Amino acid sequence: MRNNFSIIYRREVQSLFNSPVAYITLVVFLMINAWFFTSTFFLINESDLRTLFSVIPIVYIFFVPAITMGLIAKEKNTGTMEFITTLPFTDGEIIVAKYLAALTLLGTALAFTLVHFFTLLVVGNNIDIGALISGYLGLLLVGGAYAAIGTFGSTVTDNQITAFIISFLIIFVLFILDKILIFVPGFLSSILQYLSIDYHLNNISRGVIDSRNLVYLGSLILFFLLISIRILEMRKWR
Amino acid sequence: MIEVRNLVKHYGDVKAVQDISFSVKNGEILGFLGPNGAGKTTTLKVITGYLSPTSGNVFVDDYNVIEDSMEIRKMIGYLPEMNPLYHDMEVYGFLEFVARAREIDKNQFRSRLHDVIELCGLKGVVHKNINELSKGYCQRVGLAQAIIHDPKILILDEPTSGLDPNQIAEIRGLIKNLGKEKTVVISSHILQEIQATADRMIIINEGEIVANGTIDELMSDFKGKTRLTLELKNATEDSVKKVQSFQDGILLSKYEEKDENVFALLEYPNSIDPRQDIFKYAVKNKWVILEMSRHKTSLEDVFRNLTIEGGTNNAK
Repeated sequence: MRNNFSIIYRREVQSLFNSPVAYITLVVFLMINAWFFTSTFFLINESDLRTLFSVIPIVYIFFVPAITMGLIAKEKNTGTMEFITTLPFTDGEIIVAKYLAALTLLGTALAFTLVHFFTLLVVGNNIDIGALISGYLGLLLVGGAYAAIGTFGSTVTDNQITAFIISFLIIFVLFILDKILIFVPGFLSSILQYLSIDYHLNNISRGVIDSRNLVYLGSLILFFLLISIRILEMRKWR
Repeated sequence: MIEVRNLVKHYGDVKAVQDISFSVKNGEILGFLGPNGAGKTTTLKVITGYLSPTSGNVFVDDYNVIEDSMEIRKMIGYLPEMNPLYHDMEVYGFLEFVARAREIDKNQFRSRLHDVIELCGLKGVVHKNINELSKGYCQRVGLAQAIIHDPKILILDEPTSGLDPNQIAEIRGLIKNLGKEKTVVISSHILQEIQATADRMIIINEGEIVANGTIDELMSDFKGKTRLTLELKNATEDSVKKVQSFQDGILLSKYEEKDENVFALLEYPNSIDPRQDIFKYAVKNKWVILEMSRHKTSLEDVFRNLTIEGGTNNAK
């Protein structure tokens, strides 16, 4: 069974890296991050990546839906969905393998931003390596949660643009939740805060890896992957 | 052996397939014939596990699609309608992907690939991108994909649609060849296609089976009649009507006068042949026979009869 994952995963990674969309989004992602990071880096004169860690989650809001929008929607649109679902794969294998493929592209993008990390190592002093590592871990986890939402968005439609917009909206709402806390009554604000992605990310990038944050992100990923699988199965009963 | 039992499939309010049952024997080529939207593709999609039945079930050997879809999928090679392929892949990479999905190991793959290239005529395109291929070649890749694991059962949904006549002939030949050792279900809305490839055919219309049998059986059910067209000069309605009394069963089904000529259409059972009598009668009455042509009921008439609304319903 594990073998099936790797078969679908390999094909999907190949197809992702074969498409110009992947490279365009990758370049845009890196350019925006680099510009925001380096333009203030020497002015602030601090040896950390805090600007980078606050910019990437915002760029993610566009970047992640762009790489996940084709995962399922494209296959539905071209009809290959019928082909792949009548091979001896389970729907769960298909969704999870595709999700991991998108995550691989995301990881590649993150790996490129390590350039800034190494620059910091060379020019900076007094560096808190632990905070940097937990910052990257946070970015990877949040990226994983976004990608699960993106997978869901791609499963509900056969149009890639629609998939992009649906994923973008869900991610955007989860992102701004803790920015609107001052407008909501007190009893709600702690709930909304817990539901907000940014709140958990801030915790992790501060270097505090709390089980609350891990449980939140983990269950977000699990939830969206599970409903994606259910939705894919629903084609049988439409 | 495939057995479809009381299969019903609804899409919302649309009743695509209404309670059909049939079976396909091992090593048989079954033609699934019907007009567009008759429910052919839906039935095939249920057999291959893409859709679940609303009610009823499909059995393949000891398995059924509701509980053992995975086992059944392993036994089947499937060419879906419209032949969806990954257009961003090379033919080789694509077939390798399918082979891996079909649990074929590396050594086996080499020999299977060789066989499939030979069989489907893919030499020279193996390292091309699928999006560079012509429609005919795409169809061959689709077929190659379906047979790479040497499946017991082959399900082909409209395998020759969109091909030119030469390609159609080739693909049909290929299917016939494959059918020597495999169970094949082939669907089409083109009668000649089924006639050319299948041992037995099922005609389906509006989600129901309207005929099921070998081509000869279907023909004999509907045979009965020969039609004779006559174009005559110097004939009158009365004299033409007398033809009916020559032998039992002759029927003048159409009489028409146009300019100076008379057009008549006679129908009679295949067992008799009144043409000589008609000729002698014509000479006696000083008719001039401009045309006398006979046509047997063709399978096409059978098909049209069965699938056009208001047609005769005397199918078994």
